[in-house]
Amino acid sequence: MTSETDILLSIEDLTVSFDGFKAVDALKLSIDRNELRVIIGPNGAGKTTVLDLICGKTRATHGSVKFKGHELLGMAEHKIVRSGIGRKFQTPSIYENLTVFENLEISYPHGQNVLGCLMFQRSDAVIQRIERVAETVFLKEMLEIEGSFLSHGQKQWLEIGMLLMHDPELLMLDEPVAGMSPAERERTAELLNRICANRAILIIEHDMEFVQRIAHKVTVLHLGKILAEGSMASIQQNERVRDVYLGH
Amino acid sequence: MKKIYQNVFGGNSGFIGLALLSLLIMVVLPLSLDIFRLNLVGKYLTYAFVAVGLVFLWGNSGVLSLGQGIFFGLGGYCMAMFLKLEASSPENTKIQSTPGIPDFMDWNQITHLPAFWAPFKSFPFTLLAVIAVPTVLAFILGTAMFKRRVGGVYFAVITQAVALILSLGIDGNQGITGGRNGITDLRTLLGWDIRTTSAQYKLYFLTCILLLVCILVSRYVLSTRIGRVLLAMRDREDRVRFSGYDVASFKVFTFCMSAAMSGIGGALFVLQVGFISPSLVGIVPSIEMVIFAAVGGKMSLLGAVYGTLLVNTGKSLFSENFPQLWLFFMGGLFIAVVMFFPNGLAGLWVTLQERLAMAKQRRQTRQREIPDDGLEAPEIAKSGGEQI
Repeated sequence: MTSETDILLSIEDLTVSFDGFKAVDALKLSIDRNELRVIIGPNGAGKTTVLDLICGKTRATHGSVKFKGHELLGMAEHKIVRSGIGRKFQTPSIYENLTVFENLEISYPHGQNVLGCLMFQRSDAVIQRIERVAETVFLKEMLEIEGSFLSHGQKQWLEIGMLLMHDPELLMLDEPVAGMSPAERERTAELLNRICANRAILIIEHDMEFVQRIAHKVTVLHLGKILAEGSMASIQQNERVRDVYLGH
Repeated sequence: MKKIYQNVFGGNSGFIGLALLSLLIMVVLPLSLDIFRLNLVGKYLTYAFVAVGLVFLWGNSGVLSLGQGIFFGLGGYCMAMFLKLEASSPENTKIQSTPGIPDFMDWNQITHLPAFWAPFKSFPFTLLAVIAVPTVLAFILGTAMFKRRVGGVYFAVITQAVALILSLGIDGNQGITGGRNGITDLRTLLGWDIRTTSAQYKLYFLTCILLLVCILVSRYVLSTRIGRVLLAMRDREDRVRFSGYDVASFKVFTFCMSAAMSGIGGALFVLQVGFISPSLVGIVPSIEMVIFAAVGGKMSLLGAVYGTLLVNTGKSLFSENFPQLWLFFMGGLFIAVVMFFPNGLAGLWVTLQERLAMAKQRRQTRQREIPDDGLEAPEIAKSGGEQI
């Protein structure tokens, strides 16, 4: 059904062990273009570690992570980002002392080396891009506000906005709705569906109601291995998944 | 034009601050001090180059180096080597067994100039080396450490170790470095006697101008995107890295810049004081320079200059009267800064301004509450406003 060209990210035999403990164990996973995939699983299943491995934060013991056919393992983090992968952290990571505008500007994907930064000009193209992204993440009215004054939910959106500045082909979000109000969750679900149009999104999430609303496909991780994979309905029917995760 | 004014001078408030500092060091002090005291101030101002570099490195990039004396010393040694070679002409040294080489080499039975001394016969090369030698060393050290993600305390300790190694290395190789005594008896720069009063005045003003240039360059760099990236890096290094930046290269850049500034300071020190020795390279001066920056306020480029002047003036006065107690006082000062005013003099200044602004506001609201005093109240407000 899926041809080679539809696959954006393919992970083969990915293993990482910390002092003999295999946090991720011979993982095989592939993500298609334009897919919204959710990874669920109990605490310590290795969900965040998988994201860390893809974006280069943690070095794999062995295995392969191919993005558009290119091996990512061993690449420097900033090069992985520049190749088209954006990653949001679990706790909102924004720059508290900079304004929303400046937060987004830092992520503007041109002139990101020392010399480029010295020469960088806040051109109309930069301003327009920032305004467009701010509108997407519901922060258009708050461009001049310092990051520290945003609500928790707005910080989460801002970080997603920072990733969107790069227009990544793969967006990885670690618990994007944690700590959000129901209204904010609603808007986030809408946001994710909107930005999913021309990119793949990989999300870690605990809130099953939210997962049900957004996921195209769900992967259940347990003890560093894949326990089940498929549509949300098939996962909910799965006996083993109910035993280790959903049943509790 | 307006943009340059905003970026380089920091707008009106930045310009006023700079103008006040220029007025103090270039008009008030030269008019009120004799040449001996002014020469001392000139010496302190050369330390201020290091302090300004530290504001850039420590305050703005969050990287604490306890080895800035390395770069100050290297800049100083480069300049001293040139001056020493000029002072060691064959006529001046004809009583030596090998004329034409520095006296300390002759005392150590060295019969010809070591190869690394030879380029320092050239003045343009020396000027280049004053900046390039510290910068290249900072680049090597910085790349080795930051690419491996060495930071924080480990970075501080390693820079301190390098400072110790360098000072011991200079100390232990008397034949080629002058050893513990350093390089002394420096006389002329391209035939111009640097020991005369008029030369000391000129060198003092040169120091002031170059210091102001360093501050302006730093301000400009911090006003570009680099300034915001550095701020972001201090807040959330990982976020910056995962936004497509090679974080290490930015740290290497700031380390190199602070090293270059320190090197210039070191060269000016040698020109004004007339010698350099390993005691200016090692751990103690490196830490003292951090204290200057801390007292001034580690985020304030101008504060660093005031901090340096204040601590050194205190040091001169105290050490003339209580030589034993001075170090304790210095330690106490550092603890006090860290505990009670972490933003240094600059922080106190900002707090003072806020208090005054609040007091003014309160006075104005009070006046509005008493409309009967319509005739007198504006007078009071006016005079009060002028005092502020």
